[in-house]
Amino acid sequence: MSEGIDEVDRPVMPTGEKGDLFSKFDGLIEQRRALLSAGMEDPFGLVMQRVLSPTVAVCNGRETILLGTYNYMGMTFDPDVIAAGKEALDDFGAGTTGSRVLNGTYAGHKAVEQALKDFYAMDHAMVFATGYQANLGIISTIAGKGDYIVLDIDSHASIWDGCKLGDAEVVPFRHNDIEAMEKRLKRIPEGAGKLVILEGVYSMLGDIAPLTEMIAIAKANGAMVLVDEAHSMGFIGPNGRGVAEDQGVLDQVDFVIGTFSKSVGTVGGFCVSNHPKFEIMRLVCRPYVFTASLPPSVVATAATSIRKLMHGSNKRAHLWENSRTLHKGLREMGFKLGTETPQSAIISVIMPDLERGAAMWEALLHEGLYVNLARPPATPAGMTLLRCSLCAEHTAEQVQTILGMFQCAGAKVGAI
Amino acid sequence: MDRAATAARIAEVIEPFNKKAVTIDDSTSFAGDLEWDSLTVMDFVAAIEDEFDIIITMNQQAEIETYGQLIDSVVNLQG
Ligand SMILES: Cc1ncc(COP(=O)(O)O)c(C=O)c1O
Repeated sequence: MSEGIDEVDRPVMPTGEKGDLFSKFDGLIEQRRALLSAGMEDPFGLVMQRVLSPTVAVCNGRETILLGTYNYMGMTFDPDVIAAGKEALDDFGAGTTGSRVLNGTYAGHKAVEQALKDFYAMDHAMVFATGYQANLGIISTIAGKGDYIVLDIDSHASIWDGCKLGDAEVVPFRHNDIEAMEKRLKRIPEGAGKLVILEGVYSMLGDIAPLTEMIAIAKANGAMVLVDEAHSMGFIGPNGRGVAEDQGVLDQVDFVIGTFSKSVGTVGGFCVSNHPKFEIMRLVCRPYVFTASLPPSVVATAATSIRKLMHGSNKRAHLWENSRTLHKGLREMGFKLGTETPQSAIISVIMPDLERGAAMWEALLHEGLYVNLARPPATPAGMTLLRCSLCAEHTAEQVQTILGMFQCAGAKVGAI
Repeated sequence: MDRAATAARIAEVIEPFNKKAVTIDDSTSFAGDLEWDSLTVMDFVAAIEDEFDIIITMNQQAEIETYGQLIDSVVNLQG
């Protein structure tokens, strides 16, 4: 599941009247009009006027603590990262104006792929313009007609869209349900190619997947395994390689998908793999071939950041401390949380309904706190969530301030 | 299993999902008449899959609009 705002992750085809192709959006337009005309600040129209640090910005005119940006390791303002970006901008220009397979592979693209190979200790790394495109490209290219994709129903939009772009048969199973996954794998016709798609951390509730069990079953049934580790890179696992590493099964994963837009602190996506034929992807993967490569400054910031994340154990420890403190504090106040224990750097607060969720979101913003509002249909089971993502750069005092803001806002809107 | 026997078993499976007690026949539409949310649809599909030991892929689900089409599909999928 994703940051999809008014869109469900799994694509649905809207049905409209004849003529105006936009009439299919009338329901949504009306819903938004009603919400905004009640005086609500538009949850999806926030503007960051100035960004002061990884954890503080001026949004909609107010100085605001950022608690919903996935900037887990606070790398966006790292001085080495910024210096590398500026240097590349000076030396290589603003953009490549070309595809990776034509004129768009610069030294920097090779360097960031090498940084990824070193970070994951894997043989191959392929960088895409975004994590969305990495999922789109890899999934649609490797699972073709006659193949079967077995995936968690709460998968991110980019995974669903990758399935839709390819021609494989798509078989979802209930979230994190090991038995449901196994049953479906066993029913796939003899001889068909199989791809199991899982995520390390599911970003809606911040829960992690039982990868050890699931990957063992996938392998026992002859499936290849792709794990999206977008929300774990840099701080889960002994080397920050993610949930699969943490559970000791990274060597069983055929493809790891990741992003530069969270812990790495810039933009871009990637796939790392030990598959001996992996390099052919560069020629056959359309979302890699038919688009321009990332600007030199972006890959330079990413490479520098990834290399620094290899040595980030102190920051990592502090991030976990923040996650535990916030989880415990919110629980003690009486908020209902997405997980029993803090499993990741996402703490998801489950609101009773959309009205109180939206009111709480707005009250927090007025207190000076930004969290992510997630609501149906993008959420599992139609929940309204206030998703908080912690940063290694949040100080212990900031976390206490955040808890105080939740207390005030929660009391104001009657959520606790 | 023939169509009648399959239909009888599907009728049993759908019973607990039909909370609004809609009268169901072959022309009943899942989207229009039953108005299930996506979670209910997933649970119902899983229940049918488990009952008949088949998989109904998303691609096949997209083709199934009515109760009658579901019965036909399940008959076909059992081979
Ligand atoms: C699980 C998951 N995969 C992929 C992505 C896409 O990443 P990107 O922002 O790089 O497109 C995201 C984030 O949006 C995500 O949460």
